[in-house]
Amino acid sequence: MQLTLWTYEGPPHVGAMRVATAMTDVHYVLHAPQGDTYADLLFTMIERLPRRPPVTYTTFQARDLGGDTAELFKDAARQAMARFQPAAMLVGSSCTAELIQDDPGGLAQALQLTIPVVALELPSYQRKENWGASETFYQLCRHLVHKPAAEKPAKVRPTCNILGPSALGFRHRDDVKEITQLLNQLGVDVAVVAPLSASVADVQKLAEADFNVVLYPEIGLAAAQWLQRQFDQPYTKTVPLGSHATRDFIAEVCALTSLPQPAQDPANAHAHWYAKSVDSTYLTGKRVYIFGDATHVVAAARIASQEMGFEVVGMGTYSREFAREVRDCAKRYGVEALITDDYLEVETQINALQPELILGTQMERHIAKRQGIPCAVISAPVHVQDFPARYAPQMGFEGANVLFDTWVHPLMMGLEEHLIGMFREDFEFHAGAAPSHLGSTRPAAENVAPVVAAPVATAVSATAAASSATPAHPDTLTTDSVQKVAAPAQAASNQATWSPEAEKELGKIPFFVRGKARRNTERFAQDLGVATITVETLYDAKAHYSR
Amino acid sequence: MRAETSAQTSGCTDVVPLVERGQREVFCGLTGIIWLHRKIQDAFFLVVGSRTCAHLIQSAAGVMIFAEPRFGTAIIDERDLAGLADVHEELDRVVGQLLARRPDIRLLFLVGSCPSEVIKLDLSRAAERQNQIHHPAVRVLNYSGSGIETTFTQGEDACLAALVPSLPGLPASTDTAPALMVVGTLADVVEDQMRSLLERMGLQVSFFPPRNSQAMPVVGPNTRYLLAQPFLADTARALQSRGAQHLPAPFPLGVEGTTAWLQAAATEFGVTPEVFEQATAAPRQRAEKALAVQRQMLQGQRIFFFPDSQLEIPLARFVHRELGMDLVEVGTPYLHRQHMAAELALLPAGTRISEGQDVDLQLDRCIADAPDLVVCGLGLANPLEAQGITTKWAIELVFTPIQGYEQAADLAGLFSRPLKRRLKLAA
Repeated sequence: MQLTLWTYEGPPHVGAMRVATAMTDVHYVLHAPQGDTYADLLFTMIERLPRRPPVTYTTFQARDLGGDTAELFKDAARQAMARFQPAAMLVGSSCTAELIQDDPGGLAQALQLTIPVVALELPSYQRKENWGASETFYQLCRHLVHKPAAEKPAKVRPTCNILGPSALGFRHRDDVKEITQLLNQLGVDVAVVAPLSASVADVQKLAEADFNVVLYPEIGLAAAQWLQRQFDQPYTKTVPLGSHATRDFIAEVCALTSLPQPAQDPANAHAHWYAKSVDSTYLTGKRVYIFGDATHVVAAARIASQEMGFEVVGMGTYSREFAREVRDCAKRYGVEALITDDYLEVETQINALQPELILGTQMERHIAKRQGIPCAVISAPVHVQDFPARYAPQMGFEGANVLFDTWVHPLMMGLEEHLIGMFREDFEFHAGAAPSHLGSTRPAAENVAPVVAAPVATAVSATAAASSATPAHPDTLTTDSVQKVAAPAQAASNQATWSPEAEKELGKIPFFVRGKARRNTERFAQDLGVATITVETLYDAKAHYSR
Repeated sequence: MRAETSAQTSGCTDVVPLVERGQREVFCGLTGIIWLHRKIQDAFFLVVGSRTCAHLIQSAAGVMIFAEPRFGTAIIDERDLAGLADVHEELDRVVGQLLARRPDIRLLFLVGSCPSEVIKLDLSRAAERQNQIHHPAVRVLNYSGSGIETTFTQGEDACLAALVPSLPGLPASTDTAPALMVVGTLADVVEDQMRSLLERMGLQVSFFPPRNSQAMPVVGPNTRYLLAQPFLADTARALQSRGAQHLPAPFPLGVEGTTAWLQAAATEFGVTPEVFEQATAAPRQRAEKALAVQRQMLQGQRIFFFPDSQLEIPLARFVHRELGMDLVEVGTPYLHRQHMAAELALLPAGTRISEGQDVDLQLDRCIADAPDLVVCGLGLANPLEAQGITTKWAIELVFTPIQGYEQAADLAGLFSRPLKRRLKLAA
């Protein structure tokens, strides 16, 4: 048993729903108790779909358990067939039906339906949503994909499929559009996008394309690997998230197709120049923490480090299936990856690291709000606001533009931050001032120590390195070594008490590094067994850490 | 009020509802945790279930989950199912972990789910055992909020029914005067209004559930109780078995419902008509005035209720009699005739009432009827809107303060807002 307050992923049958709902003529008959229909509203509310997900639930109740729940399932399947007339049917059990051990696959077979019926085995007590989506798509491919004709028809342009986009996917709609455009410009035609908007007939001809583009390995990789084994169809390994990765992706596609590589980026690739412009200098070395699904985390780390000039101080994922990739990636940035689906662990780590920016899911957004740290969302699970009406891809060059804006937005803009450093005693540029473009009323964070008064304060800091090296901030107490603060809990514990003079002196330190200064000094005092922190201790600590 | 309908006193008393079985697009009883935990401030609700249960609660709780919630899920995993782990020891560990994290918790509910019911996990024994371990700091109770046994608001019924046996009783020797209890979760603001109205009539009243587990109301043979919510069948039975007596009344929705509900208490406790009038006249007139504005918008509009919370029949009575809406179909997940008797009598004869659901057939009926407004869950609302049908999502009627005089116009506003919006966007 595991105590859970929040879960990053739903059960695997929700993953299957994401595949069924993505497609146009598949119906999912789910053996499930009354109440499991709650999952419908993820699609109708969060994604705002104007139609019901194509799912029929048996909604059995206690009084049915003594009787024939198997018959109930058969009735539901028969009625769904008659009413919706799908081109293929998925059948399976939710967690409770798994326990009562009716066999949806066998039962559906007995109905002798005239369409393909794919029985799903989704172990609810071991696996989760993304795995469920991946397995469902893989099983659909296994059951549906036709062997292509020995002689492929002559084509003017090479073709590919795009695999992985699904319902309830974070920006899947616009990523597909962006990458399709990109491929078209390179000279590649997109044959089938699946499962998003695909029909059964589309899936049947997947093997006819020259290669596959795997946009979301969490959902599409298993199917792509199977297609490669069965039909020698290669697939792309690079996910085009960020400018660098997009260029790598282009190179990979060109190598697969022997098409010429374009000499330069398209005219709409602004992110690179924006990051180089002087206003972005203040982004240098900003300490960023990254959490989400494996694909988005690995990509975000690369963008953060190489395209934004941030320092990655921590990263992790809830995707256990891709833990190795994330661990390997984390090593490149000299950090240890956190593999967990417990958001309290993520919160503890964020608390210990005190990053200046968090890139995460909606859970991290709330952790960030509580701790007063700027945050941008890079991965599912997301709430309704991250299924925007506007065009907002994450992938390709337009995606890189979107990412630049999205990540920089919660931070103080360069000039603004500079002003606050210069005029920090000014009544208009005080610790509690929020970034001017984000509104002025922010509740005080409860978890922050009293003197680190404003939530925004700790959040919006110049980099440790930058400030200690700049003569304009001679009293800045901060160092590079603060970034190595790792041991959780320890950093938060507070044994020594502050003398009033030291507290006052601390108040003179620019608010955006004050939190770090406080923690460093307290740690220093604790290590030395100092009971009362004086002004001396404060500067001793500064000297100690700025070695 | 419509004179012609109130003259037909029989109303829908003998109605034969359309009973349907099939796919039910409803929540399970676990969802009740979302408002129950806001009410009982030192209680924690630990669901023993699957990842689906945890996912449901977080989907329903939306953003609330982040304020250090007082609910969580002990997720059963394969080790528990395979018998590799002793489930009771596992539960000991999880509860220990939880209580160490939340020393402020005084009342813990172990909440059963479909998986825990199907594997026949004995949560009552588990609760007893936890009680011994954590006594006296924490009291541990259990109830089932599973989908196989409960629909949406029935989760509250199961929870309150589990609390009733432990309510303090009166010593047998005392022959104290009858006391009034209001049963069913009401928003604090509504509770305060009701208390003040009843006190103005000279009545002392207790509320169940209370805001704090340390302030449980006393129950005994001299307890007279009013149901504030229509979905409390088991709770009423449990109170009955403690000797308490039910005061039949319509539910306190709208001016008419609130007046009749208060009147039931007043009559029982011998409040004179003058005192009753004095206590209720001002808020009643205020509410009627506020309702008149809403009535202009809603009069003659045809409304269709999908089953959700068992509030549908009282709501239908309110929108028909006080707002002049026409009832196309009133669906309810469960029809408790006795508790609903006063309401049914007030509905126009011939109203189509349905119990249970076969969602596809009900959608067919709904679309064929082309009502002006459909009250339904969030799984159906946007798909219906996309077909050009205006909807009011039903959950809001459970989460919003809607009872009593002061909320009557707010309640009407919940129905008129979607229609107003449609007009505005069409213009």
